[in-house]
Amino acid sequence: MLAVIGVPTLAEIFERQVPAAVRLQRPLALPDGLGEQDVYEHLRALAERNSSVEDELSFLGAGMYDHYVPALVDMLTERSEFLTPYTPYQPEISQGGLQAMFEYQTAISELTGLPVANASVYEGPSAVAAAAYLAKLHNGRRRLVVSAGLHPHSIQTLRTYAHGYDMEVAEVPLRDGVTDPDAWARAIDERASAAIFAQPNFYGAVEDAAALSAAAKAGAGASGANGAGADAPVVIAQVDPITLGVLASPGECGVDVAVGEGQPLGNRLDFGGPSFGLFAAREQYLRRMPGRIAGETVDVDGRRGFVLTLQTREQHIRREKATSNICTSQALNALAGVVYLAWLGRRGIVELGELLLARTHYARERLAAIDGVEPLHSQPVIRELALRLDADLAAVRRRCALAGVNPGVDVHALGDRPQDRGVLLVAITERRTRQDIDRLAEVLGAAVAAERDAAATSELGVPA
Amino acid sequence: MSPLEQTPLQRERARTIFQKGAPGRRAFVCPELDVPAVDASELLPERFRRRQPPRLPEVSEPEIVRHYVGISKRNFDLDSGFYPLGSCTMKHNPRLHERVAALPGNARLHPLQDAERAQGALELMWNLQGALAEIAGLPHVSLQPSAGSHGELAGVLLTRAYHEDRGGGGRVPNKVLTPDTAHGTNPATVTMAGYEVVKLATDADGGVDLEDLRAKADTDVACLMLTNPNTLGLFDPNIVEIAEIVHGVGATLYYDGANLNAVMGVSRPGDMGFDIVHFNLHKSFTQPHGGGGPGSGPIAVSDRVAPFLPVPLVAQREDGGYELDYGRGRAGSKSIGRLRGFHGNYGCFVRAYAYIRSLGGDGLTDVSEAAVLNANYLLARLRQQGVAEYLPLAYGQLCMHEFVLSGGPMRQRLQIKTLDLAKRLLDFGFHPPTVYFPLLVEEALMVEPTETETRETLDAFAEAIAAILKEAAADPEIARGAPYTTPVRRLDEVAAAKRPIIREALA
Repeated sequence: MLAVIGVPTLAEIFERQVPAAVRLQRPLALPDGLGEQDVYEHLRALAERNSSVEDELSFLGAGMYDHYVPALVDMLTERSEFLTPYTPYQPEISQGGLQAMFEYQTAISELTGLPVANASVYEGPSAVAAAAYLAKLHNGRRRLVVSAGLHPHSIQTLRTYAHGYDMEVAEVPLRDGVTDPDAWARAIDERASAAIFAQPNFYGAVEDAAALSAAAKAGAGASGANGAGADAPVVIAQVDPITLGVLASPGECGVDVAVGEGQPLGNRLDFGGPSFGLFAAREQYLRRMPGRIAGETVDVDGRRGFVLTLQTREQHIRREKATSNICTSQALNALAGVVYLAWLGRRGIVELGELLLARTHYARERLAAIDGVEPLHSQPVIRELALRLDADLAAVRRRCALAGVNPGVDVHALGDRPQDRGVLLVAITERRTRQDIDRLAEVLGAAVAAERDAAATSELGVPA
Repeated sequence: MSPLEQTPLQRERARTIFQKGAPGRRAFVCPELDVPAVDASELLPERFRRRQPPRLPEVSEPEIVRHYVGISKRNFDLDSGFYPLGSCTMKHNPRLHERVAALPGNARLHPLQDAERAQGALELMWNLQGALAEIAGLPHVSLQPSAGSHGELAGVLLTRAYHEDRGGGGRVPNKVLTPDTAHGTNPATVTMAGYEVVKLATDADGGVDLEDLRAKADTDVACLMLTNPNTLGLFDPNIVEIAEIVHGVGATLYYDGANLNAVMGVSRPGDMGFDIVHFNLHKSFTQPHGGGGPGSGPIAVSDRVAPFLPVPLVAQREDGGYELDYGRGRAGSKSIGRLRGFHGNYGCFVRAYAYIRSLGGDGLTDVSEAAVLNANYLLARLRQQGVAEYLPLAYGQLCMHEFVLSGGPMRQRLQIKTLDLAKRLLDFGFHPPTVYFPLLVEEALMVEPTETETRETLDAFAEAIAAILKEAAADPEIARGAPYTTPVRRLDEVAAAKRPIIREALA
């Protein structure tokens, strides 16, 4: 090969191009390479030091959930034809991926009740920030009004992004577990670029989404002829797609842009990623959306086909004037999402939602009956519920772990907000049966009682 | 081609999953309601309920499998053939990586599992951080960004934080320099991070025009974003001087890691003077590209940028265990905050770590050497085939891991465009190179063969290009009408954008 190139040594190819001053003069200080079997054994040993949701009775949620992933999702996403190509720059040989994107967009549009959806963004919290950027491009205002019911990661991500594009974030507090409607209305004035809430919110409560949207559009920002005029802020909802068989869709509720974490739809936990972010909107925002969009067209013989479309929004065409910098997103994860939704089907998504609703309601009744445990709020809950414990939560969780139960997320440890001290967030998926919930109630009850006893004893000055 | 000559795939008309199935058909069986039935309105008031169910498909499991297996066959993929898509590093994806990523301790590990019960995952992330730091020649790593463009955003926000911290509330620079050869993500990122883009010219040798750089590098400049080797496949010979100029005005130097596959173990961005680097784990460290993701875009930074890194970071405790460090309770944390939920695309970390452990330091160096060898060999083979007359190398004589040809002479002399050549390559069973990028090369064709291709494959590709040019010399219409054998033929992209249909219309 060197003879064909016309150089005596491989080293010369580098010497002629890379200045000696910046050439690494030693080997990389990394462990020696291993054969396939040894790598497998090493990775297996590491993985065995993790307790997965198969190893304990887990009620962890707060953004990612242990829903059942059907086997056909694995089988289809592992196919070379979906797994190993890249972005469909050559549509004639990428019809499978493009059609999957088109179907995914259709499914997300149906779920959200909004007419246009893109082919995915990275994941949930950064999707919120991407939607806020759309609002900035749309109306040029500087203020993002955000319900404190958003996931703390979403608020933190939004703050990071907003500092870059020079916007301020104003947080609206909750009242009895949901966005305080008075504070919400007050916060939304003519400076508001977007009004952002979560449905259901981080604490599991179902918000009155229609009322929040209407209030945002009727606020001081709305000076258009019909009240909800062109000057109203963009209403953005962070939604949980698995609840949308039961909960009123964002479209029905007057939401302009719906975003959310797609992981509950057929994606595995993967210690937090990769998953996908969904992004849907009203038609008027189509040309400001971030990311890839698949569109339908015909070939020279009139056959139906699909292409990436509206690319003049995108970074590779529009460069510094692009609506986003996103390039590679989450095509394979979105494929898992649409396969899952096809598997769940039109009736299944409603049935599953009803089951989650009933079991979560049952879990709240059961857990709230424990001495020293109060529900954080009395709002409807659909797949997650928040409790306040009158006991050292970290110690309670440790006690539960000894019994093989992970009772849920310590919200204060997650978001570092003082009002969340002692708050436990419990997620109920279809994989957690009534028996599992009863077991949680028993273990949590014992742990809280033991902790309260220990605390009382130590207050009396007796060593625990 | 007449209808009689259609291939079987061409005879199939595309029907979406929404056009299949029948009312009542299904795959999912819902677990039984095992808790006491409660009145529906008590669970959820009517006004919060959805009125009509979403019109999802009504299909059985066999229908779903047949549908998606069917459409999968309308894709070309890396496991089936050569995919020399420039700047994308389409190298082989070892299947071991899929196996280890799918282990329950990885795939079914909840991101909020207590650190004590996720030590294996945290150790893996710690080890990966260390390996990436060594490869970059920069000591501090955040694994959080979701893809290359997300890493770029992190890098520019870090730059902003760095300048704001130094400026002490006073005037801070407001411009970022990007060469005209830069990936589109660079200028797009700059705008998103609130900076003004200033374009840098390219000199006659394909590197940064030093005179233009000197003229534009002033105290208003916050950063220069550079790819090295650049998108022309050339290592900038003036990199040391560029770094001096940029640092001389107090700006940071950002390394777009899309082309790292050329220099692993050969030259380190940190040693070149870069302050911030993003990696594309899906490129250099071989992740399946998934039809457009997922990716993963960790960043490595120098000491002066480290205080601003996003949180959380993986840290080693004194007892040797690992934890996630949120920088809480530490006085004056300067972190830019969070860029996404949880800790990054861990599933990609597992694959990248498996790759690094498989190859070791020497193996990674071999990767870059073989990638550069393959690119230069393919370039030379094309010259041998007489292709250079029509498709000359845009700049230079040799290349790094990829090279850019200009289709200008081909267009003039053979009356076919780069697009026609690309479409005709589809009939020969190859994925075309990246086309029409970088923008400053007329009719550009950017070829990145990667290290995992055999000499036989490179020879076959060179022969195919030569054959297409020869065919065009006889009859340019053949290439202009291509492709002929793909599931669909050339598609009307203008019509798609003019009247966008982006979802299935449902009854």
